[in-house]
Amino acid sequence: MTTPAVGAALPGFLNENLVSILNGLAVGMLLFTMAVGLSLIFGLMDVLNLAHGAIFLLGGYVAYQVIVKEGQSWLVGVAVAVAFGAVAGLALGGILRPIRHRGHLDQALLTFGLAFVLADLATIFWGSDFQSIPSPVFLQRSVEVLGQFYPAYRLAVMGVGFALAVVVYLVVERTQVGAVLRAAVEDRAMVSALGINVGRVMLAVLALGTALAAFGGVIGAPILSLSPGVDAEVLILALIVIVIGGLGSIPGAFVGAIVIGQVQSLGIALVPQAAPFALFGAMVIVLAVRPEGLFGSR
Amino acid sequence: MRALAPGPARPLVQLAVVFLLVVAPLLLGDFRLFLLTEILIFGLFAASLDLLVGYTGLLSLGHAAYLGVGSYATALIAIHLTDNVFAGLAAGVASSCIVAAATGWLAVRTRGVYFLMLTLAFAQLLFTLAITWDSLTHGANGLPTPKPTLGPGDSGGALDGGTAFYYYALVAFLFGLGLLRAVVASPFGRALVGIRENESRMRSLGYATSRYKLAAFCLAGAVAGFAGSLTVQQSSFMSPSGVSFEVSALALIAVIIGGRATLVGAVLGSAFVFVIRDELSSAFNEHWRLVLGLVFIGVVYLLPRGISGLSARVGGLLTRRTERAAGEPA
Amino acid sequence: MTAGTEREDPPALELRDVTKLYGELLVLDAVSLSVDVGARHALIGPNGAGKSTLFHVITGTQRVTRGRIVFAGKEITRVQEHVRTQLGLGRTFQQTSLFDGLSVLANVELAVQQQAGVARRLFPSARRRTRVSERGRELLSLVGLGSREAIPAGALSHGQRRQLDVAVSLATEPSLVLMDEPTAGMSRDEAMAFLAMIVTLPDSLTILMVEHDMDVVFELATWISVLDAGKLIADGTPEAIRGSRAVQDAYLGEGEHLAKLFESD
Repeated sequence: MTTPAVGAALPGFLNENLVSILNGLAVGMLLFTMAVGLSLIFGLMDVLNLAHGAIFLLGGYVAYQVIVKEGQSWLVGVAVAVAFGAVAGLALGGILRPIRHRGHLDQALLTFGLAFVLADLATIFWGSDFQSIPSPVFLQRSVEVLGQFYPAYRLAVMGVGFALAVVVYLVVERTQVGAVLRAAVEDRAMVSALGINVGRVMLAVLALGTALAAFGGVIGAPILSLSPGVDAEVLILALIVIVIGGLGSIPGAFVGAIVIGQVQSLGIALVPQAAPFALFGAMVIVLAVRPEGLFGSR
Repeated sequence: MRALAPGPARPLVQLAVVFLLVVAPLLLGDFRLFLLTEILIFGLFAASLDLLVGYTGLLSLGHAAYLGVGSYATALIAIHLTDNVFAGLAAGVASSCIVAAATGWLAVRTRGVYFLMLTLAFAQLLFTLAITWDSLTHGANGLPTPKPTLGPGDSGGALDGGTAFYYYALVAFLFGLGLLRAVVASPFGRALVGIRENESRMRSLGYATSRYKLAAFCLAGAVAGFAGSLTVQQSSFMSPSGVSFEVSALALIAVIIGGRATLVGAVLGSAFVFVIRDELSSAFNEHWRLVLGLVFIGVVYLLPRGISGLSARVGGLLTRRTERAAGEPA
Repeated sequence: MTAGTEREDPPALELRDVTKLYGELLVLDAVSLSVDVGARHALIGPNGAGKSTLFHVITGTQRVTRGRIVFAGKEITRVQEHVRTQLGLGRTFQQTSLFDGLSVLANVELAVQQQAGVARRLFPSARRRTRVSERGRELLSLVGLGSREAIPAGALSHGQRRQLDVAVSLATEPSLVLMDEPTAGMSRDEAMAFLAMIVTLPDSLTILMVEHDMDVVFELATWISVLDAGKLIADGTPEAIRGSRAVQDAYLGEGEHLAKLFESD
């Protein structure tokens, strides 16, 4: 009697919570676009970019402006937002440069002030109402997944996020550029001794990281809606992701993002009262047991 | 170091400031006096954060947690038990000290980003708790609390009216700030600065640095809770927004703008933050955060030692010039 | 082996079969040596011999994989770093580790107040405070920094930083000071001044130093231990070490030795 019951329970559970699980994956992939940049920037420069959430939000707003207000195509919107993100990263590099010698406390403080300013600028330009970007027309339908209908757009977000994770992983782990990057994370002095311009590597990583955050803001806009406060929310979630996964680790950011995505979605669906505690509780437990994160070294 | 050297003018300046604070009710209207009271209380809270950020080098992004615990404890005591001010203060200090000890025990084991994250996480947890624990906190609706009274039970004189409460808050403020100043000047306080400058060296000197950091964390939490009690006693209302991230952020901004590791700077910074928020919000069309953020960035860039660092620098220039003038004939 | 601990006068420091593995890599291979009370004991060896690792396992910044460390007759193999300091094991740093933002005197005072048991006090008496400052000044003049007490440690020259580093570790009232390449990076004059200062330190103090500069070693050391590839290959008086064939092979022909290493790979 018991065996078939257990056997039946799982599909039942899956059946009831499939949408939550899928939503969690979509949210997880959005968090990954944030977390991977944060993590790489921190690994390379020791700078915790607290303005990362603001760039996520601004990326979304920029695309909203291009797509909704100007009536351009999605592709143009994504391109402009990603370009914006990359430029913001370069600007951030320029802003941080004069205080590099002062240590990471001051640098974190500077990004903290920038976050404050950028968030307020966003409300000046786009107000404090919820804004959303409709998903691209060809994705405005539902697809059958395991017998249930699910928005195609969210599946696309998952696919894109997953592809991004694979690409970033391959670039960092398998290419020449990635080798330089990894070496720079390990030992900056050694890499500059090899005649490589570490400053340029850092700028590139900053630009890449913030461009990814802005991209996350764009593809997240149809799911999350853009409004003041989203920046802090995604920043905190992404920080939890990289602390759980391990600072500087790409697989860590990926696994952490999936875990936190599920806590945020499936957790809320199953035990709405406990979900926020599960979120921070997970982090506190990981830090207490494995302070360097699940995939962290050192 | 020069900034800390007690020049001959310092006691005079301090006396003058205390005198001005004592006569303030005669000079200010009700609204301004209320604002000044708020500044003193928030300034004490920011000064307690300075003990962590400025002196010990621990960047906490969640200090509002301890302010909030103190506020809620005081509010609950006032509602359910007694509206005596001292009972409220005792409850606020004790509860925040306990919560700081429990969370700090874990936080001081980590450093840098991890410390920042843990403090942020604890504060967000408490914020969530304040919203969801409806039966205790009334959730987002908040808790209206009775006015505090001086005497025992409900019979004593009410600390009503702006002026009476102002003097009460002023005494509490001077007591709290005096305590913090004594701490940072003590061998214990110097050990905290040593940890900020070079923790591994402190350990090799035989200091159990985690214990020192935990003690600093508890002390900062207790003073924050003390300020939390005063906050709720002034406003007669407590809601989750009092534990929000913005409160932590504003305190950090006050510490940095005012000047790290000065204590007084944290109070000056709080005054700056409140004046910007309350006085300029109409002029800047509610975008006081933008102004504050820009000032903050400017200070991080140009004045790493904050406003009080600036005055010390000017003071230092002056004394150096006089020293040189005095030294030349010899 | 056990006889050692039962002796009336235990050596200042004793290592027994100290072994350290980094993963698969054997960095220290059953090193046993003994440092006499009052010795000026030098630890030498070619680069990569394991000197730094040995230094770190003695101070407690790293743990041994196997073996025991006995300090003044007391086993400290699993004792935490700060407790080792409290027991009287002082150290100086290869990269001088000071409190750069604090004054020279404040640097020493941090160590003195800890030693005097005042550090945890919130409200010490004025007498205790002056005693801390007095002891700090005393130590500064001992290392030749008496006139510099008010300037920030960050403004000192390289040689002066080393002197301050010694003053700070002496403030912990150690019975043994470990010095990690104390004269590295110093000019000739600075190194000589530093040596002259070391010579004036009391005889009751034991010094164990890791040092590269052979002139310094033979000038100062009363005993020399030689490490090579994680093994103790010689242990004796400076005269004995100078004449040792094994040491010459390992150390003086360092280039050849390295060449051999690469061949075998």
